[in-house]
Amino acid sequence: MTRAAEVRFENVTKRYGGTAKAVNDVSFTIPAGTLCTLLGPSGCGKTTTLRMIAGLEYPTEGRVLIGGKDVSALPPAERDVSMVFQSYALFPHMNVLENVGYGLTVSRQPKAKVREAARAALDSVGLSGFEERLPSELSGGQQQRVAVARALVLEPSVLLFDEPLSNLDARLRRRMREEIRDLQQRLGVTVAYVTHDQAEALAISDKIIVMNQAVIAQEGTPRDLYEAPANAFVAGFVGEANRLPATLSHRQGDMAQVTIGSATLSLPHRGAAEGAVQLAVRPEAVELLDVADPATTLRGTVAKAAYLGGLMEYTLTTEAGDVFVIDSHTQRQRGVGEVVGLGLGQRGIAVLPA
Amino acid sequence: MRSAGLWSSALALAAALLLPWYMVQDGILVLSFSNGGWLTDPDGAPALGLILTDGRWWLWPAVLAPVLGLVAALVPLPRPTRSWLFLLAGGVGLALLAAQGWSIGPRGWMILWLQGQFGETEARQYGIGWGGTVVSAALCVLFAAGFAGRGAFRGDAFTATVAVVLTIAIGVFTALPILQMMAGAFRDAGGAFAPTSAVTRLVDDRLWSLGCLAGAPRCGVVWNTLLLALLTATGTTALGLAFALLVTRGRLRLARPLRWLTVLPIVTPPFILGLGLILIFGRSGLLSQAASAWFGIELGRWIYGLPGLLLAQLFAFTPIAFLVLIGVVEGLSPTLEEASQTLRADEKITFRTVTLPLLLPGLANAFLLGFVESIADFGNAVVLGGSFNVLATEIFFAVVGAQADAGRAASLSLILLVLTLVVFFLQQRATGKKSYVSISGKGDAGLPPPLPKGVRRLCLAVAGTWAALTIGLYALAFLGGFVEVWGRDYTPTLRHFVKAFSIEGGQFTGLAWNSVLTTLELAAISAPITAALGILAAWLFSRTRFAGKGALEFATLLSFAVPGTVIGVAYLAAFNLPPLELAGTGAIIVACFVFRNLPVGLRSGMAAMAQIDGSLDEASHTLGGGGMDAFRRVVLPLLRPAIVAGLTYSFVRAMTTVSAVIFLVTAETELATVFIVNRIINGDYGLAISTSLVLIVLMLVVLGVMNLLVGSRRIGRRAVAVTAASPAPLPGAVA
Repeated sequence: MTRAAEVRFENVTKRYGGTAKAVNDVSFTIPAGTLCTLLGPSGCGKTTTLRMIAGLEYPTEGRVLIGGKDVSALPPAERDVSMVFQSYALFPHMNVLENVGYGLTVSRQPKAKVREAARAALDSVGLSGFEERLPSELSGGQQQRVAVARALVLEPSVLLFDEPLSNLDARLRRRMREEIRDLQQRLGVTVAYVTHDQAEALAISDKIIVMNQAVIAQEGTPRDLYEAPANAFVAGFVGEANRLPATLSHRQGDMAQVTIGSATLSLPHRGAAEGAVQLAVRPEAVELLDVADPATTLRGTVAKAAYLGGLMEYTLTTEAGDVFVIDSHTQRQRGVGEVVGLGLGQRGIAVLPA
Repeated sequence: MRSAGLWSSALALAAALLLPWYMVQDGILVLSFSNGGWLTDPDGAPALGLILTDGRWWLWPAVLAPVLGLVAALVPLPRPTRSWLFLLAGGVGLALLAAQGWSIGPRGWMILWLQGQFGETEARQYGIGWGGTVVSAALCVLFAAGFAGRGAFRGDAFTATVAVVLTIAIGVFTALPILQMMAGAFRDAGGAFAPTSAVTRLVDDRLWSLGCLAGAPRCGVVWNTLLLALLTATGTTALGLAFALLVTRGRLRLARPLRWLTVLPIVTPPFILGLGLILIFGRSGLLSQAASAWFGIELGRWIYGLPGLLLAQLFAFTPIAFLVLIGVVEGLSPTLEEASQTLRADEKITFRTVTLPLLLPGLANAFLLGFVESIADFGNAVVLGGSFNVLATEIFFAVVGAQADAGRAASLSLILLVLTLVVFFLQQRATGKKSYVSISGKGDAGLPPPLPKGVRRLCLAVAGTWAALTIGLYALAFLGGFVEVWGRDYTPTLRHFVKAFSIEGGQFTGLAWNSVLTTLELAAISAPITAALGILAAWLFSRTRFAGKGALEFATLLSFAVPGTVIGVAYLAAFNLPPLELAGTGAIIVACFVFRNLPVGLRSGMAAMAQIDGSLDEASHTLGGGGMDAFRRVVLPLLRPAIVAGLTYSFVRAMTTVSAVIFLVTAETELATVFIVNRIINGDYGLAISTSLVLIVLMLVVLGVMNLLVGSRRIGRRAVAVTAASPAPLPGAVA
């Protein structure tokens, strides 16, 4: 499959009925052959966006382009797009083979070819031997695979997933997401993938588009979003972050002085103005120190400590507020009430406008 | 979109060039086809022939519009331009054809203003025939294809065609006749416009008097109608629910026979139940005579009036509630109930808090149907009403009685419509916007829980009594077909059957043959049309959003709410004149059957559609299926029970209806029901009952075959592994 196509939104707005906008003036590009996740809390407009790619909804304003072609007004059947639904939407009255072959059947392909292609697609998701089963006779994971096979059989240039793993258990979810990623890499197809699970998004995406309240909060690679969140929403939604009040001063080049509690750090200011700012601090970016220099480190008291096997989780009380810390030094366990220094480097800390 | 425009234009053009434009009095086969003579014969010529040889220039749109459509489809054009041309060709072509049709009639100009404008015309036009019909229908499709090309209906030509055809069909065959009838409410007896007389009639004391509460002999007709409808609707809904629950979840050995028993009243012409009640409870009825002979009690005429009428309607309409409710009960996902039970709710609480609320849309639906059936019922009311007058009989007597007051009939119809409207909106509010999706795209499994003991006992008691009564009623009523004269001479005889259905020397010499065969033919033509239209409409209404959907839905329901008598009179008035000159043909009866029974097919389709997750359609769309694929391959197979119900119901209604068609039949198109009513009027009960009996047997045979052909839906829920009488496999067994 080499026909992967680019998906582009140009100033797309979707209104239902009155003035409430489900999607508000959204523009983005999903490069051909990449896996792009639409990430956000429920009601943020990500599913509406996906449905507009599929053609199940039409934009009120703006254009949707697939492979450079304006498809804004095209019905789903005329777009080179397949979709895997959250509920899988397997036809309950057809067996697995009929479900998978459906797309070819309705495009009037000869029966033998339909059967052959459907078998091949089933084989590619590891479900050979299940052809005659009805959907109700399959487990959740198997239904999921049938839904994927059904979408793949048409060799679409864009494949859409609407929260495909939300009905599966955690272990299966991890395996299925790896399978989806493998499949996408193997076929080189463009995938748009809706999820509200940030770990899932980080794990499989080439690119993530974070949406909040009908607009794009930030887009970029998983690393961009995690290490340089554009705003407090993204910092909090993608991965965990402590948000601490701080003061910014002495801007010089890219760097500035940031004062938090008694400590002063030198950090990239990322465009923030002098004055009050927020610091987004990743839990694993804090180094716990026995000896602390008050000019460069915060001091904190251990309020909670939990042993999680591979790592320790602490909640520390500091003068800048409570700080949640993940520490991989499980051998050096710190008890509740112990006073420690919080070493803050440059990695895993981002300055955000207050 | 392009292909739909192409073939519809081609079809329209072919019809305009080849098919006779006007209706050919003696059938299309009398024309001389061999030498092409029909092309210029003024009676049988197609549109082009009439234009060229008879100077009928106003028929040009029939030729030019398809040509324009054809050009637009064949010439490479950008999509928007082509769509505009389709819209233009279809829309303007249709509008012009309709305008000329209603302007020039059998006596020249039909509208005085036009005559003043253009002077007298020599042109005469009669009803349109195959040519006019096919051209108009094809132009509808062309118009729809244009709509779809503009992006309406998700750009799908099939969906657009369904919407446009349905709108026009409902407009012509439901809205138009009824509006004409309503306009009659504001005319006086002479036909002149008189709004004040309408007001006088609307506030008439005969309608609104509450005198019976104060001891007067009777109340107003409106109150009578409402009271009866409320009692009937409540009763039929409760009975229907009891039966549906018993049959699906009662784990009964008798589930099968029970299903068939509930079918009996449906396949019975309505007045037969009334007649049966009279034969049992009437003054010379079996029970009354027995009571008088053995106990010296005179039961009198109690059966004539509210009690008898209510009883007859309960017998007649419970099966409808059952048909509606069984679909809903069977579609209920057992998973939800299993979930409830795992949440520490016992069977009783589950039934009350999960099962019943999930059945609410179905219950509201059944109640609505019972209500409108009751207020529209004419057959029972005329047989058993006595002095208890209801609106339906008042309207009938206003039309045909000594009063012959069309205005009063129209005013009464107006009140009836308002009543229906109120019920309709109440029902909409009751079911609200709650979603009761049960068949999701995720295959689910589970066993429906058995009924709670108390509920089961209650259902058994209610249904058992009702069943016993039904059996008794039928057994006794049909004995009347095998005795000399009921009430006087009980000697067994077969002479009624011989009289009705004798065959001598290969000739059908029996009196009833003609009407029975006509009935079968017309019912067989109308049932598939009704079912198809109903299912298509249900699919359209539940899966697409478009302006005017609510109005269209209501218009569809309308013909069901209006009593058959009114529909009959309205049809006669509306289709007695060109261009739609259908009076006296079988076509008007088929149209009447179709549009009168459409709402039932629609309703049962809607109830079933509400339980099929919309993502199934969407999945089909994203897999490259057009609207037609989604409908044919996904929705249709899942709707089998609803289709069976629709087919069944429209067939038996067509076979048993009398009120609507009593005005529409002619000697050639006499229907069995009308034949039977006439025999009853003549006091020939034996002949009436024997004909009814044959009719019923015929219907049962047809229904059995239909049920086998359509089969049951296969979605792989685990079968209920209980006794031999598994309730699972045949949702359509009702049929």
